[in-house]
Amino acid sequence: MELRSYIVRRLLLLIPVLFGVTLFIFGVTMLFSPTQRATLYVRDPRQLADLPAVIELYHLDAPFVVQYGSWVSQVVTGNLGWSRIVSMPVWEAIWHYLPASLELAIFATPVIILAGIALGTTAAAHKDKPADHITRVLAIFGWSLPTFWFGLLLLMIFYGLFRGFLPPGRLSVQMDILVGASDFIRYTHINTLDAILNLNGPVLLDAIRHLILPVITLSVVQVAFIMRLMRSSMLEALGKGYILTAKAKGLDQRVVVNRHARRNALIPVITVSGYLFAALANGVVITETIFNFKGMGWWAWQAAVNLDIPAVLGFALFNACLFVLVNLVVDILYTRVDPRVRLGQGIQ
Amino acid sequence: MTDFKFLARQLLRNPLSLMGIVLIVIFAFVAIFAPLIAPPPEGHLNPYLIPHEGYSVTPRPPSEEHIFGTTQGQYDIFYGVIWGTRSAFQVGLIVIGVVLLAGIILGSLAGYFGGLVDEVIMRITDIFLAFPGLILAMAIVTGLGPSLRSVMIALASVSWPAYARLIRGDILQVREEDFIEASRGLGASNLRVIVRHALPNAIYPTLVMASLDIGAIVLAAAALSFLGLGAPEGYADWGQLTSFARNWIVGPPGNPLKYWYAVTIPGLFILLFVLGWNLLGDAFRDILDPRLARR
Repeated sequence: MELRSYIVRRLLLLIPVLFGVTLFIFGVTMLFSPTQRATLYVRDPRQLADLPAVIELYHLDAPFVVQYGSWVSQVVTGNLGWSRIVSMPVWEAIWHYLPASLELAIFATPVIILAGIALGTTAAAHKDKPADHITRVLAIFGWSLPTFWFGLLLLMIFYGLFRGFLPPGRLSVQMDILVGASDFIRYTHINTLDAILNLNGPVLLDAIRHLILPVITLSVVQVAFIMRLMRSSMLEALGKGYILTAKAKGLDQRVVVNRHARRNALIPVITVSGYLFAALANGVVITETIFNFKGMGWWAWQAAVNLDIPAVLGFALFNACLFVLVNLVVDILYTRVDPRVRLGQGIQ
Repeated sequence: MTDFKFLARQLLRNPLSLMGIVLIVIFAFVAIFAPLIAPPPEGHLNPYLIPHEGYSVTPRPPSEEHIFGTTQGQYDIFYGVIWGTRSAFQVGLIVIGVVLLAGIILGSLAGYFGGLVDEVIMRITDIFLAFPGLILAMAIVTGLGPSLRSVMIALASVSWPAYARLIRGDILQVREEDFIEASRGLGASNLRVIVRHALPNAIYPTLVMASLDIGAIVLAAAALSFLGLGAPEGYADWGQLTSFARNWIVGPPGNPLKYWYAVTIPGLFILLFVLGWNLLGDAFRDILDPRLARR
């Protein structure tokens, strides 16, 4: 009962936020004059004379509220407009490019979490010893790393120096043809998963070869972040009374660290999953751009550079909705993991 | 003042923060003396535009004339990174200044008055915080038209809500203290209470941490410029210089690292600049966090 009413209340609170998000997004498009927005519908310079007619047709000079109302009613029915650069509706483009980005995120998340937790635990267990100092310096380095530059360096070494060992893109040309053939069934459009489902070894290997560098690039900064968080959380847990008790019982140091302290130290790490989602969404734009990995981030970049406004805004709106939902789920999960936290408290 | 001395001694004793301070001082020096280190050629109107000779596409390796080599389009990398230091400081300082101002005003209004004012301001921050930051910044830049000014506006709009919330929390903590009550009892106006009594006692740590976020702001700005959404072509900007190298990651067969200078040098400047601020920030966090105080 408590949980359900909490979820309902949180969902109701989402309404003003999403209203504000749409208002803001639409406000951004309204920075353009009616004529500028009308030219988005025109393909040929000879049609420029028709601009007033286009403005008339789509009511581009109507008051803000009227235009916003008609836009929202379109968005609610799932019509986010037309993405000029890929010549398909924005909504379709999102579904078209989502699997590639999802694939990157699916591989990066465990890397980030496992590496972050392992390094953070080590640092805390060896506080003020060399292992702690080294991981700390590495974390500050990782945190300061321009990922776009790091990706280029990786390509220079593993694609240039090692003669195409780890290439950019999603699949090599031959494999792309193989995947497009009729006997290769695209269940999910996630290459690695489809390769496994089709029992196709070469495609799987090729897909993994193309994933290694982007996944490293996407993970490196977040590993640094999770590691620092885990370190301070572990230090706090290690200072608790029950740790002293466990040590006094004569338990092995490793058991105390790994079983008693780490479990409790993990709780704050769960709360940042929302942050992690945002970091991945941001990172995907840069990573996919560098590696020419054609997912949502790559599409959004192309759209931004070519001023394909509906695509950029549709992408932003989609990410905002997803982010808000992820945060809701995280808050609910938090109460499950840590019974000390009650619903509606310690949140926001 | 003793507080400050204590802080300074702590920072100078720690080798990591000392390194951070040294890096920042070097960069500040480079920014201030840019006209002497990399003098613009005579008759060059805007020193922020990198001079280039000809339009040859292929980057040229370091030589006596161009000690860091040139990018595609023959932009001098040395000139670009030196003046790029100036643009980095400009972007960082302006954005942090605007963000802090907005954060202090809105955060203290929300924290001090509470009630409806608080509710409205916090719901507005909710809206901005509902986006992954870089994606919102990208949407704003696209809406405003790509330029360095748009990048600064976008980064400021993305960053202020977090500061407004932090400062609101700080103010909430001191709001019920006796000295606030006392000054109100003496008939001080709300403005006077906030500016003279609440703020100075509340925001000192937040201010310090915020000013060290310059590194993060510059990193985000460089990312947007790298994506082609920032500075116009040829403007001295580290992100853009890095993006020039995108087509030259791999050299010709037999010499795959031929264009290493175009790829590595501008990014190295970004890394060191951000590193300087983060080293300092990390040390500050330790000093300011009582839970992690060394026993």
